[in-house]
Amino acid sequence: MLTLLLLFFPLAAALLVLLGGARNASRLALGFAVAELALTAYAVTVFQASGPEAFYIFQPWIESPKVSFHLGLDGLSLVMVMLTNFLMPVIILSAFHRNIHHASGYFSLILLMQFALIGVFIAMDGLLYYIFWELALIPVYFIALRWGGANRVAVTLKFFIYTLAGSLLMLFGFIMLYWYNPAQSFDIRELYRIYITDGNQSWLFWTFFLAFAVKIPIVPFHTWQADTYREAPTQGTMLLSGIMLKMGTYSLIRWLLPILPVGVAKWGPLAITLCVIGIVYASIIAMRQRNLKNLLAYSSLAHVGLISAGIFALNIQGLQGSVVQMVAHGVNVVGLFFCADIIFNRTVTINSDNLGGIRTLAPQFATAFLIIVLGSVALPLTNGFIGEFLLLYGVYEYNTWLSVFAGLTVILGAVYMLRMYKKVMLGHPGARVPEFSDLYWNEKLALGMLVVVIIGMGIYPKPILDLAEPVLQSILNKTII
Amino acid sequence: MTDKHKTVEESLDQIRTTTFLGLLIPLLPLLGFLVNGFLGKYLPKSVIGWIGSLSVLGSFICTLILFRQAGPTDAIQIDLFSWIALGSIDISFGLTIDALTLIMLMVVTGIGFLIHLYSIGYMHADEGFTRFFVYLNLFIFFMLLLVMGSNLLMMFIGWEGVGLCSYLLIGFWFKNPSYNDAAQKAFVMNRIGDLGFLLGMFFILFHFGTLDFSTIEQMAPSLVADNGLLIAITMLLFIGATGKSAQIPLYTWLPDAMAGPTPVSALIHAATMVTAGIYMIVRTNVLFAMAPFTLAVILWIGVATSVVAAIIGLKQNDIKKVLAYSTVSQLGLMFAALGLGAFSSGIFHLVTHAFFKALLFLGAGSVIHALHGQQDIRWMGGLKKLIPITYITFIIASLAISGFPLLSGFFSKDEILAHAFQQNLPVWIILSLSSLLTAFYMFRLVYLTFFNDFRGTEETRSHIHESPWTMTVPLIILCVLSVLGGLMGLPVVFHANHWLNTWLADVTAPAAAILHQGHHISHTMEVILMSVAGIGAILSILYARHVYLTRRSVPESDEAMSGWGKVIYQKFYVDELYDRWIVAPAFKLAEWLGNVFDKHVVDRVVTLTAGFLDASGRTLRVFQSGNTGSYVFAMVLGIVVLFIIRLLI
Repeated sequence: MLTLLLLFFPLAAALLVLLGGARNASRLALGFAVAELALTAYAVTVFQASGPEAFYIFQPWIESPKVSFHLGLDGLSLVMVMLTNFLMPVIILSAFHRNIHHASGYFSLILLMQFALIGVFIAMDGLLYYIFWELALIPVYFIALRWGGANRVAVTLKFFIYTLAGSLLMLFGFIMLYWYNPAQSFDIRELYRIYITDGNQSWLFWTFFLAFAVKIPIVPFHTWQADTYREAPTQGTMLLSGIMLKMGTYSLIRWLLPILPVGVAKWGPLAITLCVIGIVYASIIAMRQRNLKNLLAYSSLAHVGLISAGIFALNIQGLQGSVVQMVAHGVNVVGLFFCADIIFNRTVTINSDNLGGIRTLAPQFATAFLIIVLGSVALPLTNGFIGEFLLLYGVYEYNTWLSVFAGLTVILGAVYMLRMYKKVMLGHPGARVPEFSDLYWNEKLALGMLVVVIIGMGIYPKPILDLAEPVLQSILNKTII
Repeated sequence: MTDKHKTVEESLDQIRTTTFLGLLIPLLPLLGFLVNGFLGKYLPKSVIGWIGSLSVLGSFICTLILFRQAGPTDAIQIDLFSWIALGSIDISFGLTIDALTLIMLMVVTGIGFLIHLYSIGYMHADEGFTRFFVYLNLFIFFMLLLVMGSNLLMMFIGWEGVGLCSYLLIGFWFKNPSYNDAAQKAFVMNRIGDLGFLLGMFFILFHFGTLDFSTIEQMAPSLVADNGLLIAITMLLFIGATGKSAQIPLYTWLPDAMAGPTPVSALIHAATMVTAGIYMIVRTNVLFAMAPFTLAVILWIGVATSVVAAIIGLKQNDIKKVLAYSTVSQLGLMFAALGLGAFSSGIFHLVTHAFFKALLFLGAGSVIHALHGQQDIRWMGGLKKLIPITYITFIIASLAISGFPLLSGFFSKDEILAHAFQQNLPVWIILSLSSLLTAFYMFRLVYLTFFNDFRGTEETRSHIHESPWTMTVPLIILCVLSVLGGLMGLPVVFHANHWLNTWLADVTAPAAAILHQGHHISHTMEVILMSVAGIGAILSILYARHVYLTRRSVPESDEAMSGWGKVIYQKFYVDELYDRWIVAPAFKLAEWLGNVFDKHVVDRVVTLTAGFLDASGRTLRVFQSGNTGSYVFAMVLGIVVLFIIRLLI
């Protein structure tokens, strides 16, 4: 019951916000998102008390092809749901004090997005999962298309076609899995059990991998990303980078690894190499980006490259690191894009050449921004460190030289992030930015929430590690061939 | 029965007290940081300064109490909680206080307190006063984690944490772009070392299954067979040390770091943080002792850094730059000691150096304070009478660092030189040379700053005044320590028993068991060496006196420089070299990858694929008309397709 409530409450909220009119849309949406967050907190206590069984939902849906309404909330799903539902209030708060036309539609779509994302993370039936996966694309597509920047039409189309092409491959993959499955079902328990010949696993790997690789994105399937992040409205970018790309990394763990272990064993080395190349490639490009949002897009690309590399390292450190880093990256990247938005809101530019001296004018903002930057460069006692340490160690266990190469992110990350901070925030005030009002209450609240999580998770990551461990361990056992 | 019960109760009590005190040591500065950080804007300056200073004094007092109770073989273990635990890894958030940690704690909290006190006076007029104390307390907290961490990862928290504070404090005056550049350079160069540290940890974690110092120490001897592994581990850790402790090739950030306020230079870039690399190697001495190759590398890097930095120091005209290169040089000397396997000698010099180098920086700060920001010694001179306390303490510190007989630096330096003489004559010669250079550039600095006539403007001169007591008291205390610091390591020749070696014997025992150092040189030889070094130092000082006092030479202006003098003044153009061969190509590559390759090659490939996609895209566009209905339709269609496939099977 709780599972259904968690899933459908945002859908109902989306409808209510749409009907509630533009004036109260933001407050209404915030209220619903906070209620959902409270529900999540309650779900965590239930989970701690009685484990994943309490969240099991199974209802036959379509007789033929056999599709069932199978939902489940294990530790891994719960972590992803926690991330989603924590970020939602922050994302909605970030839209306060901004002029948004057709606000009821906007916030309604954000909540619809929440519904779809939760669906992706808790669906335990292949086709049901696929439906949520595609459903998640719709709200963000409209958010970018209707509320985006000047180039939005072309950019959004590229994004849409790109990801849809990947998704169709995945759909095809699922159909083939169904075909190979003697039990004729999409149920994850069946899919985890079925035997697929090595040859078939080998090419099926690509149908799933490409879909996820576009979503994450893994280099070289990333060229939609920077443009989309830049053109989408801030909340859209936050949804995309903070949560939606985790659909890809989550799915690697949930669907690809355990179902196609032979395919993963065969192509994993190539995939991890791509990921690691992507880390360094994106980090180097990030060093010379003047547009703040472009820089953040490339930095995000580097981070998710490392997350994916940790997954393909196929060991518990890498997997745990990826889960921790999914959460950390989600929190940090939302914070970073929010800071970019705050800057844009005051100065109407995000070109770092035209910025500087903000720290003197807005000390509170400067401190919050700095802490988020530090989380992003993985300073110990911030959330980014735990993830990066485990991920790099996972990659090290996989291959020493690969970890040396991936480790360059430690240096390059500091270069591009601190350069950016220096150009944007430090220096003499007044030269380029004449005035800059410090944080409004909604910004203070949202950034405060993020900062607390950044430091809290850095000091005490155990709850997340403990939640994810059993699931990851059992998935890891399935990859042993 | 009751008696026994009572003693158990008492010893439990004892453990509780020590745990409590041990926890207070890092917590007090953290508390100071939090109070000043959150409530600072409501508090008057005087209160902020004292909160900052007294929190560190509190830690110092706790350290003293623990020190009084502890014996050299005791180790207090405080495990707070399991930090990162998964699979077979279990890294605890734990602290250890043993003999080595206690020494470091006394240096960090003791000198840390004095420098906090000094800062109350030094920073009183700065608009960032509160921020300064907030950062300074945070630094102390991280430094304490660094020296108290019971495993490598805990040490790494402190290690990067102090790097952050160093970054914040170098760029403290963040309106100045060149200061910001210096701060960023420091952070990035440290990060290069940190990657080495991180990879070293991975090797250890993988092969030992733990990062715990005590477990590593126990397990290491069983790894003797695997030479390559040990070399890899120790070399990687040493790379980390070269970053933090400013050794070749990663030393160039430290002179630039002088952009920070002078108390920062004294605390972070002389006495504490930059010695972290030495502490780290001594902490893991058993690994290094088993890797003779790495020890040789450390030795020669240390020797080279020591002499190169000393040469550069000869020609610098910024009072802080001279001291910065001197620090690099002295750190090189400490690394040379470690390379010779003389771990406790390295620590001995670390401690005495902390005394006199902190004093020199604070003295320099007092000079700069008196001259309202002037740092160029060409515009100083004749300050002897005007700021007498600063003068006297500065000159004593200079004597100490030069190795003037019986002052603290004399003993700690001679111990290292004696080890060098015994094991490796060329090293002894080079290090002795570097000592002579040290004595020379230090007294060049002394004579140019304090003697002869004032060379600045009359206006500046009229404002020169001695610093307030919060600044002079730390000078005096550090001066006493610089004189007497050698007592902790009085050699056997003086019929003492070298207290520090005895105190650290348990810490360095694992290395000692492996290295089997040969017989000590004879006492006669030791006395001869000491005399040679002492006389050399005095002659060098006299030569500086001749040049800069008697002949009244003043370094030429920047434009007039030429030849080798200019090359040395320009620090052998190493910064330019790095910029040209590393930084510039990296940025060029970034530019090309971002603007050309990513846009035109990667995206082109995508467009080609899109040729295929376009066809499907056109078809798709039919039901991408933009309304939700068509998506539902698409989905239904998908299900129908599935249904058809199902029928076909």
